Amino acid sequence: MNFDFTDDQHEIKRTARDLLTNRSPFERVREAAESGAYDEAAWKELTELGWAGIAISEANGGQGLGTVELVILLEELGYACAASPFLSNSMAGLMIEHAGSDEQQAKWLPGIADGTATATVAIADQGVARLVPDAEAAAVIVFVQDGAATLVERGDAEVEALETIDPTRRFARVSASGGDPLTGDVEGGIARCEAALAAEMVGIAQRAMEMSVQYAKDRQQFGTPIGAYQAVSHRCTQMLLETEGARSATYFAAWAADSNPVQLPLGAAMAKAAASDAARNVTASAIQVHGGVGFTWEADLHWLYKRAQLDAALLTSSRIQRRRIAHASAAAVTPTA
Amino acid sequence: MDLTFSTSELAFRDEFRAWLEANPAGQSPEGEDAAYAFRTQWQRRLYEGGWAAVHWPRQFGGRDATLVEAAIFYEELARVRAPIPANVLGILLGGPTLMLWGTEEQKDRYLIPILSAEEIWCQGFSEPDAGSDLAALKTKAVKDGDDWIVTGQKVWTSGAQYSKWCMLVARTDQDAAKHKGLTYFLLDMEQEEVQVRPLRQITGESEFNELFIEGARIPDENVIGGVGNGWKVALTTLMNERAGLAFGLQVALKIGLDKLTEQASARGLMDDPAVADKLGELHLKCEILRLTAYRGLSTTMKYGQPGPEGSLTKWMWSETNQQLAQAAVDILGPEALLSDSPWAYGLLRSRGNTIEGGTTEVLKNIVAERVLGLPRMR
Repeated sequence: MNFDFTDDQHEIKRTARDLLTNRSPFERVREAAESGAYDEAAWKELTELGWAGIAISEANGGQGLGTVELVILLEELGYACAASPFLSNSMAGLMIEHAGSDEQQAKWLPGIADGTATATVAIADQGVARLVPDAEAAAVIVFVQDGAATLVERGDAEVEALETIDPTRRFARVSASGGDPLTGDVEGGIARCEAALAAEMVGIAQRAMEMSVQYAKDRQQFGTPIGAYQAVSHRCTQMLLETEGARSATYFAAWAADSNPVQLPLGAAMAKAAASDAARNVTASAIQVHGGVGFTWEADLHWLYKRAQLDAALLTSSRIQRRRIAHASAAAVTPTA
Repeated sequence: MDLTFSTSELAFRDEFRAWLEANPAGQSPEGEDAAYAFRTQWQRRLYEGGWAAVHWPRQFGGRDATLVEAAIFYEELARVRAPIPANVLGILLGGPTLMLWGTEEQKDRYLIPILSAEEIWCQGFSEPDAGSDLAALKTKAVKDGDDWIVTGQKVWTSGAQYSKWCMLVARTDQDAAKHKGLTYFLLDMEQEEVQVRPLRQITGESEFNELFIEGARIPDENVIGGVGNGWKVALTTLMNERAGLAFGLQVALKIGLDKLTEQASARGLMDDPAVADKLGELHLKCEILRLTAYRGLSTTMKYGQPGPEGSLTKWMWSETNQQLAQAAVDILGPEALLSDSPWAYGLLRSRGNTIEGGTTEVLKNIVAERVLGLPRMR
């Protein structure tokens, strides 16, 4: 039993933190949000470093590492609130890697891995996916409906751009039918996407917590740092509790994806639910700790808050995940007749 | 990252499971004294099997178990619903404190009787006016020849009526600063000058006592860790308190939650979204508690001290345990409020969980200051 990363994994985390501190400071996030376009140079750099293909097999142009390594990167990308198609493209990569045929993999994964032909995942109901990240620029869309998935080329889908409260990311509404069916483990692919998405939210929560703690140390009122007041400091400890809890669940899901797939479905549901709650609660709490300043455009907290809200709305909602967890737990304890 | 038990951890678990199967604890009798005697007998059997304190070094009768193995031990005990050993405070708090601070003579004299349950230990820290603010304690020890004469009052002393020794912190220097004038003693409970009065708690039981100490004698050789060093020694004890039982408690929580889920399912209540949502939430919290507790162990084993996650598990457990009991009342209705219902007992007993061993408020202060580095509270 060992929760610790390997030395290589620690190194990935350090490298990612250093690079993103330089390439994705909040000024860049704001620029991307206000201009409505991703930072192409930064995205190119990430793909040249091989990040986009980290969990894609070497045969298909990736680095052949696992979900754990992908989760490490996504946690850092969330921490930086980076504006890039990394999440959507990685999720599509996970779907095709785990549910695609050899031909489908050979056709799409190299472009996903080097960023030249990005992809995304759409969760649809009655032919319509209401919230799809980065669909406009994608070469192919993994279109999931009723537990089955097909690959729909961008030209064959109806993509209608949406303006959401999170301008750091492009969203669209996607309608499609037909496509090239993925015949492998669709459920396992989605579960891996949930772990990946959870990791981004853990990073968001971590950043919002750190900003709040720093602010509570610096900001003085009544002649003392506000972090000396328990109403503020206890709020910060609650942020830590939720962030660490979500992190535990997310690492477990990522480990299960790579090493113990039997525990993946429930593990991923737990990671998504815990991380959605943590990211939304912690970013909301961060605005409160910052007081009036936290409510301003300049304070940058709102990017995290908005990202948390949109991330939580992707894939399966916490509400449904909780019920799924309850029913799985009930099935485990109820003797079968 | 490897979140399965290693071969040696599995071997440890299987060996203990086999022992538990060959040595079932049996059913605890009714009544507090009888139940305590049952736990004492149980600890003797654990001791004879070499299982009384797996985390202790071999030279003192333990098994040199790793932190993960110690966690497995408590998980397995809880899984078969075996009782916690009678001398739990001696095993988890007293022994480790002595091993760190005690003299060779003290270790030789006290450690084995702790393990064999021949001598039960209790903890005399809190006082009526010194709870969360422990260093404000007033119990006084004055040197008299080779002895110390102790006068004062202690409270929340669990198991005092069964104890031979009390880990007592008393003020030995009235003029020193609050944290500096304290000394850690071992007080012999078998003297007239120590009176034990049970405290009736909201469950109707008396797990805790008040101690009235009127001129009790402690020989100088029973000072632990040096005169004036009591605060540091006491902190060792308190750190152990927070790390110790977490894994058994976590398993007991999971067993309770599974039972409630089973009952809800049997009544066809899982189709009620409010019920499913609540149970889903509790299962999520329960699993996060387990994972976070193990994550904490990994950090401690690698870096020698717990990381941020290590300070959170007692807080997570205590609140989730309270929410479980309240959920049971919501889901099962009035029958969960009848006096003989285990849920009713849990509803009452769990209120103590966020108070005993450090209130949630004090834990938050500690996390705020030591983990987040926020300024001292005011």
